[in-house]
Amino acid sequence: MQRLTHLHESPSQTAGPYVHIGCVPNFAGITDVYEADLGAAMVTDNTKGERITVTGTVFDGTGTPLRDAMMELWQADAQGLYPGRDGADPTFTGWGRTAGDAETGQWSMETVRPGPVPFTDGRMMAPHISIWLVARGINIGLQTRMYFPGDPMLGDDPWLTRIEHQNRVPTLIAQETTPGTFKFDIHLQGPDETIFFDV
Amino acid sequence: MSDGPLFHRNRDRHPKALTPDYKTSVVRSPQKALLSMPTTLSEEAGPVFGHDIIGAHDNDLIVNYAAAGEMAIGQRIIVHGRVLDENGRGVPNALIEVWQANAGGRYRHAKEGYIAPLDPNFGGCGRTITDDQGGYSFRTIKPGAYPWPNGVNDWRPAHIHFSVFGHSFGQRLITQMYFEGDPLIPLCPIVRTITDAEAVSQLVAPLDMNNTVPMDARAYHFDIVLRGRRSTMFENRIEGN
Repeated sequence: MQRLTHLHESPSQTAGPYVHIGCVPNFAGITDVYEADLGAAMVTDNTKGERITVTGTVFDGTGTPLRDAMMELWQADAQGLYPGRDGADPTFTGWGRTAGDAETGQWSMETVRPGPVPFTDGRMMAPHISIWLVARGINIGLQTRMYFPGDPMLGDDPWLTRIEHQNRVPTLIAQETTPGTFKFDIHLQGPDETIFFDV
Repeated sequence: MSDGPLFHRNRDRHPKALTPDYKTSVVRSPQKALLSMPTTLSEEAGPVFGHDIIGAHDNDLIVNYAAAGEMAIGQRIIVHGRVLDENGRGVPNALIEVWQANAGGRYRHAKEGYIAPLDPNFGGCGRTITDDQGGYSFRTIKPGAYPWPNGVNDWRPAHIHFSVFGHSFGQRLITQMYFEGDPLIPLCPIVRTITDAEAVSQLVAPLDMNNTVPMDARAYHFDIVLRGRRSTMFENRIEGN
């Protein structure tokens, strides 16, 4: 028999308590190496679309906020095009990176409301922001998605409708706390445990 | 940039979320099963970084924080290798970020309390972007081992943290590089979150005498593998193959 020659993905290890030194050093007080932290700004004054603020807190199984996490956000532009694709808004990076506040753990990011993007079969998915979360005690980055409350596409979304336990879907939907500000808390454990994906 | 579904993650080679000997994982590990999904454009696309973001000394931790004319203290090393995907192809333009303790095992961080002193000429962060073949290299000092509050006498083996971007958000990976021959590796509760011995060995960089610079710096070789992607003519993709 022939042998498959695929390599294996390098195994993950926790980002640890000092991830900020490597990924957001200016935030960590190391201000002399890079001009700015990557991913600190997703938009410029010229970015097209509805400006929004996304914010949230990550909670552990005891209800304590994580104060040493790092989140990355990845989304399409207002037209539903991912950066780097033909026609995408060149002023929008689509990718943001944020550490929670050192005291409260709350994070926040200025962005635009994304447009819908296609599922594997061409049906459109409701607008969403992909989130990747790492921290001390998290052995492999956690992947989830944030959707928008009241979005008319939510009911037919081909990703959300695949989820067996529909009573957990609200863990993926942000709350609009004030117009244009969306709060998306993540619970690592407990009755409100956020849905995380193997994708 | 070609789209295509990513190979599924072989989670047997990754640490499980709940690894009680690494105590912090107990309250930070999801308790419900991960929901399996096919990759979509949201996972297959990813942020793009240009070589222009990289400063002249970003990949040289010996000097990138040091005062003019000064250098970080420690054993001078070069770490180099390639970023590959599971199909064995080099991944060009992959952003790599690294961070590490200084030669005494001390991080430059507000929450760090180890007695070992800071090195005024060492910050501990660096970054680079892979070349056309997926190759990368950076220069640094060998980090020290250090104790950490987990068990009463747990020590981390010398290690360098790696954050790696491929071309897809779903390839995003953070891992750690260890050094050949370190007796602390098999004792470490964080290393031991990986239960497959062959997978652990994938994180241990061998000494590379061929690329060692005589009278200057030893070299360690460290390849990183990211998820591959399927591409056969039978994939039903609206964007084509």
